[in-house]
Amino acid sequence: MQIAHNILLRSYRSMRTIRDFEERLHVEFATGEIPGFVHLYCGEEASGVGVCAHLTDTDTIASTHRGHGHCIAKGVGVEGMMAEIYGRKTGVCHGKGGSMHIADLSLGMLGANGIVGGGPPLICGAALSHKVLKDGGVAVAFYGDGASNEGTTLESLNLAMVWQLPAVFVCEDNGYGEATGASYACAGTQKARAAGFGMPYFECDGTDFFAVHEAAGQAIAHARAGNGPVMLHVHLARWYGHFEGDAMTYRINGEVARERAEHDCLKNFRQRVTEVSLLDPSALDEIDASVKDEIEAAVKAAKSAPLPEPADLEADVYVSY
Amino acid sequence: MSKKSFRQAINEALRQEMQRDPRIILMGEDIAGGQGGSAGVVDAWGGVLGVTKGLYTEFGPDRVFDTPISEASYIGAAVGAAATGLRPVAELMFVDFVGCCLDQIMNQAAKFRYMFGGKARTPLVIRAMYGAGFNAAAQHSQALYPLFTHIPGLKVVIPSSPYEAKGLLIEAIRDDDPVIFLENKVMYDDEEEVPDEPYTIPFGEANLTREGDDVTIVAFGRMVNFANEAADRLEKDGISCSVIDPRTTSPLDSATILECVEDTGRLVIVDESSPRCNMATDVAALVVEEAFESLKAPIRRVVPPHTPVPFATVLEKLYLPDAARIESAVRSVMAYKKTKQDA
Ligand SMILES: Cc1ncc(C[n+]2csc(CCOP(=O)(O)OP(=O)(O)O)c2C)c(N)n1
Ligand SMILES: [Mg+2]
Repeated sequence: MQIAHNILLRSYRSMRTIRDFEERLHVEFATGEIPGFVHLYCGEEASGVGVCAHLTDTDTIASTHRGHGHCIAKGVGVEGMMAEIYGRKTGVCHGKGGSMHIADLSLGMLGANGIVGGGPPLICGAALSHKVLKDGGVAVAFYGDGASNEGTTLESLNLAMVWQLPAVFVCEDNGYGEATGASYACAGTQKARAAGFGMPYFECDGTDFFAVHEAAGQAIAHARAGNGPVMLHVHLARWYGHFEGDAMTYRINGEVARERAEHDCLKNFRQRVTEVSLLDPSALDEIDASVKDEIEAAVKAAKSAPLPEPADLEADVYVSY
Repeated sequence: MSKKSFRQAINEALRQEMQRDPRIILMGEDIAGGQGGSAGVVDAWGGVLGVTKGLYTEFGPDRVFDTPISEASYIGAAVGAAATGLRPVAELMFVDFVGCCLDQIMNQAAKFRYMFGGKARTPLVIRAMYGAGFNAAAQHSQALYPLFTHIPGLKVVIPSSPYEAKGLLIEAIRDDDPVIFLENKVMYDDEEEVPDEPYTIPFGEANLTREGDDVTIVAFGRMVNFANEAADRLEKDGISCSVIDPRTTSPLDSATILECVEDTGRLVIVDESSPRCNMATDVAALVVEEAFESLKAPIRRVVPPHTPVPFATVLEKLYLPDAARIESAVRSVMAYKKTKQDA
């Protein structure tokens, strides 16, 4: 499938933004300035970006605790995200939510989620809205290999089929749920699980943007055309610990280094598009430089942004009360 | 006797009980950790905060079970195993995750004994972390003990120190009813002298951590420390407080609370759970009903606002009760003068 230049550039920018955002957070977290839990999406960028390349603001996604990449891919601004992670009033959620709860409903971003398996049922509901309101939208649940074992996920696969919803279940399989391997925790295969519900199944190498883009394109088109839900199984690797501070003693030495060397979605993208002269390397360099500035500015702004005020504590519990 | 952290006290209680009784098993997410990992290391974590570290290595795969991320099924499995001969201690990690498995606790475990006409025994312990103060935000910071206390058939324990944790956990494991055992996540590194040998602290017996004449403070879990801190400061100004740690919210030692309030005539309750239908309202109702005559001032509750737990540090600090707020509540009940004529 031919991908338009503007989409390629936008997608590269998105992946680069996620990478730099996360690498920077890794550094800043170590200084002790960032409160709470932070889960990094480094190495998995092509998945969120390859899927979201097919979505508009009308479409809905639900994310996970590892949500920064999905947010950026769906168009949430890094300045507001960074400020949120620093617990500032200027954050996208005014400092009330933090890393695990970044959301922007105006962009169809139904939130990162602190509850594993929290997203798939919500996505059934979002898909139902799209279907009933006939707005042409689809709803996409990102969930991990670990989350694939939650009852909520399995029930949602069934419900989506029963109701023939325009829903896409994107299983981001990075081989681990915290410190436990998927080979221990997941019985059977994702493919067989989809088949068990009679749900069409697609899979791809999640470190290859073009593979994700292709598979996600087919999967989303199927759902958007009113043919019911689909599963997209994306094979990935996690480059950092489960959360920042995890020493990863359960992974073999060199596993991450090999992933970085051989399966870096950004390197692979650059190689692929420049080899066939699809894009000019200088265009990519420009993006790299501009993203670098953008992240720097976001961190600076976050650090000097105002803190929430006491009155914010009791605001927004209800719409009205 | 030696200095032990809250984390070590719990680990030791589990180890000693497992040595004593082979029917005791552990299960939970990453409770060992590392299964199926590329390094082939098990016992890599010992739970997210390392509380069960070493137990897999000592007791092996027939006693310590890592679970998939499937709370409804493994908590339910713990309930079923308890009803059929094992004595499981299941770890739910953050108590907030009870949202994923409440049926198995509320409609199954809690009801068996009564519903089956007294024929069932469900010797189960569910351990979980609770509480704010970690910037863990709305879905990882709740203090849900009132939710469990509300459900007949469950026992609910909130240890306030390492010593309390060890004795109460051993009691919980030996108890034949389902017990919810809640550990404040901010307290794992707190240390104090803890006996090396096993010991139990009975349920439903409050601990009077200090005795005073002017005001009774009833506090739960981590709040007991804050209450004692406030009482220290007040002491310097000549205000003497009793501090009661009920230890268990179900059963609740109402006798100790009532006796103490009858002596002091004033009551401040400190509870870090959401303020509606929480332990503070429960204790206040008890005292108003049973010791109304002895009250010299209105009861004051030091509780968070009726909001989810916020993320930002400034807001979380405002949210959580602390020693300063307890101190001012005590001063306000001391300053209270009856304005209406006594009938
Ligand atoms: C209901 C629930 N159970 C457990 C957790 C703790 N937890 C947070 S992330 C995680 C692992 C999730 O693994 P996976 O779905 O594979 O996502 P990944 O972290 O690999 O991106 C666990 C167990 C949680 N947040 N919510
Ligand atoms: Mg995973």
